[in-house]
Amino acid sequence: MTREELERIRAEAKQALEARDMTTLPEGELKPPRPGEVRVVLRNCGQIDPTRIEDYIARDGYFALAKALGMSPEQVIDEVKRSGLRGRGGAGFPAAQKWLFARQAVAARPAPADGSPPAYLICNGDEGDPGAFMDRAVLEGDPHSVLEGMTIAAYAMGATQGYLYVRAEYPVAVDHLQKAIPQARKLGLLGKDIFGAGFDFDVDIRIGAGAFVCGEETALIDSIEGRRGEPRPRPPFPAVSGLWGKPTSVNNVETLANVPQIILKGAEWFAAMGTEKSKGTKTFAIAGKVKNTGLIEVPMGITMREIIYDIGGGILDKKKFKAAQTGGPLGGCLPEQYLDTPIDFESLAAAGSLMGSGGLIVLDENDCMVDVARFFMDFTQDESCGKCPPCSLGTKRLLEILTRMTRAEGTPEDLLTLEYLTQNIATTALCALGQGSVNPVVTTLRHFRDEYEAHIRDKFCPAGVCKGMFHYEILAECCTGCGVCRKKCPEGVIRGEKKAPHEIDQPNCIVCGDCYKACKFAAIAIRPGPTEKSRRAAHKTETPQG
Amino acid sequence: MAQLTINGKKIQTPGGTILAVAREHGIRIPTLCHHPALGPKGACRLCLVEVKGSRVLQPACTFPVSEGMEVQTDTPKIRTARKFVLELLLSDHPQDCMTCEMCGACELQDLMYEYGVKETPFRGERHAYPADDRDPFILRDMEKCIRCRRCIRACDELQSVNAISMINRGFRAKVATSFDTPLQESNCVFCGQCISVCPTGALTEIDSRGAGRTWQTQKVTTTCPYCGVGCNFDLHVRDGKVVKVTSRWDSPVNRGVLCVKGRFGWQFLHSPDRLTVPLMKAELWKKRTGTDGTPSPYAGFVEADWEAALDAVSDGLAAAKAQAGPDAVAVLASAKCTNEENYLIQKLARREIGTNNVDHCARL
Repeated sequence: MTREELERIRAEAKQALEARDMTTLPEGELKPPRPGEVRVVLRNCGQIDPTRIEDYIARDGYFALAKALGMSPEQVIDEVKRSGLRGRGGAGFPAAQKWLFARQAVAARPAPADGSPPAYLICNGDEGDPGAFMDRAVLEGDPHSVLEGMTIAAYAMGATQGYLYVRAEYPVAVDHLQKAIPQARKLGLLGKDIFGAGFDFDVDIRIGAGAFVCGEETALIDSIEGRRGEPRPRPPFPAVSGLWGKPTSVNNVETLANVPQIILKGAEWFAAMGTEKSKGTKTFAIAGKVKNTGLIEVPMGITMREIIYDIGGGILDKKKFKAAQTGGPLGGCLPEQYLDTPIDFESLAAAGSLMGSGGLIVLDENDCMVDVARFFMDFTQDESCGKCPPCSLGTKRLLEILTRMTRAEGTPEDLLTLEYLTQNIATTALCALGQGSVNPVVTTLRHFRDEYEAHIRDKFCPAGVCKGMFHYEILAECCTGCGVCRKKCPEGVIRGEKKAPHEIDQPNCIVCGDCYKACKFAAIAIRPGPTEKSRRAAHKTETPQG
Repeated sequence: MAQLTINGKKIQTPGGTILAVAREHGIRIPTLCHHPALGPKGACRLCLVEVKGSRVLQPACTFPVSEGMEVQTDTPKIRTARKFVLELLLSDHPQDCMTCEMCGACELQDLMYEYGVKETPFRGERHAYPADDRDPFILRDMEKCIRCRRCIRACDELQSVNAISMINRGFRAKVATSFDTPLQESNCVFCGQCISVCPTGALTEIDSRGAGRTWQTQKVTTTCPYCGVGCNFDLHVRDGKVVKVTSRWDSPVNRGVLCVKGRFGWQFLHSPDRLTVPLMKAELWKKRTGTDGTPSPYAGFVEADWEAALDAVSDGLAAAKAQAGPDAVAVLASAKCTNEENYLIQKLARREIGTNNVDHCARL
């Protein structure tokens, strides 16, 4: 393959792509960009047929690789360094720095005598945060952008073998990659002597076995080596001793998908987007109580308010915004006062949350923050690898306390123990999973302590979520007597004459919430204390947790 | 050479982990998952230390020293962290030290004592695995397991058997064989290395149950009689009886490693069937002494003394040599003898008897 050949393919493919009716492509989750969005990573998703390499080339694919191979590896690293690209997997470590460390480690040791690769490049596609699917969209919709990014990164850092670690739950992504890799090999874009530059690089796919913790780079390396995925203490960092003891760079899908664009359009173009320390764009998966859910890509530095209200279309059902949960299960819940905080690595960390891989869950007044913390802790406890006691036992004790609180069994001592646990798990756990596991609890406790106290002191869930900890009352002064609640009630326990305030027969109410959801006049209020029936039901469903 | 300070003390070292360097210089750092015979793991979080410039506490057992490093090993922050980890461990550990086999030799108990952890502030679920004695040698009381993985590493690094590994995740993580089968259905060879490295009472010898705690037995270092390797170990003796065998990590021969026979096959010592005096065929005894001799439990044999028995052997060998020449005699040595004993026996054959007919049971 030469640049001229690539140009010829592009010219032909461009015409073919323009002539083709793209509406026949299977519909993905990705909607057309909304005002305020800037698509760099997602630019091809939905615009090309991901199973055809020609489509990718038609949109300037592999031209960045041709350009990069005309530069020295140091120049490539420098270009990416000047762009300010930081790791999109969550930690935000400068990508160029990672490659430089690996490159230095390769130079510091003798070339392998057995002909094995001197270093490895791993693409981390083990996207495990619940509700996050940014990487899946890229792997499914534009697999070649990741392969091209990997090849450029490998050239920069000195690897000749790459692994694409994809979770088994992404069969379409795996399928598209399995088609993309042979296509690239056939055109000489992977394999020996790429673009005649004397650079060899090939990629194999490794499929994960369903462990969230394998997204942690050292656990991921263990998993590729065929062992149980468990984080190892660092140092040694993978850049020095990673896969099979060789210098290894582990980069996230989104990070690598950015690389071809940076090479092609230049560091200045990329650095013009974003904030001082967080450059470029970031994809987010918006979920929860917001009108427009799904994937978006926005410039770094945009505020949460812009994402939720301008792009997301605001809160559903005219409810009140309560908090945004960013960064996945290891992130935090940020209340209203942070709505105008710019979204970048530093600002989110300063607020006690994380950029993470880009999950953003919007919570409204009917979300119980204690229950939200319990939900995330349930996830983390289940996904803890079990290696260090602070995580394997600590998250279990946190989950038990949070579960007690949401069942009206919390005590004031529990609150103290909760704080003791969070402080110490964060400083003693082995890896980012354990250390970050406390973030949902720490942030909800910081910003919504009154809710915790209501659960403990009054056995009351003000958001109306925790079973057996509240009941509904119709406010006579607000009720118009429209009768909708009466018709909706599955138990037939709401009484009232037309156009006169209605009333709930409390002892027989099961607190299902249908009336609350149906009322258009906000005339139904959540009040402390269970009804007789809801208390009995809450006790009946009691099952051991954890 | 790197220069660093640990607790303000200037130290020059060619390198290594913080733990190794600290120990070399007499600075104690508590550990639980660390074992001198095994590779570092960094799992238990007991050896956490403060490294200046590091955001979080770092495990001394894996963290390499570097030039100019400043380490603190015993600050209030560190003590709080260690105590916290111990409290968590205690919240999932039966508090039955009263009846525990390892009481007094338990590293977890020692650390609880050192850090004053009398009880745990955490209430919640505790593992309740039934004690597993489905195999003949190793009692696995998994509710006492603290998941330090020393046993897994011993099985892998010392024995290369890999019969056990972790299964499940999080709180449910457990050391087990594949599919959690009994040990004898796995590729376990019952070397018992796992017992020798277990810091708690999770792994103990079935045959030594209730036979005596560590301070109640006298330890006698000896050489294994089973084969010519000559492994060293400690016999635990109580009231004149052997009750247990434990590894000697300082043995240059086997560096603590034993096989199933050495570790578990000591019961023959006190067997009533064991020969303690030489026996001689009754008619031979009568022919040589003219008496009936002391009857033995074995039909046709009487009890002899060593003098008489060796005389009979010597006379027999001499007679055979005189009658049919030295090559009529062959000497078969035993793998249970030491190298030195085997050397002597071939010398007896070649010099005293005059034959090269020397062989050894290990060749059969």
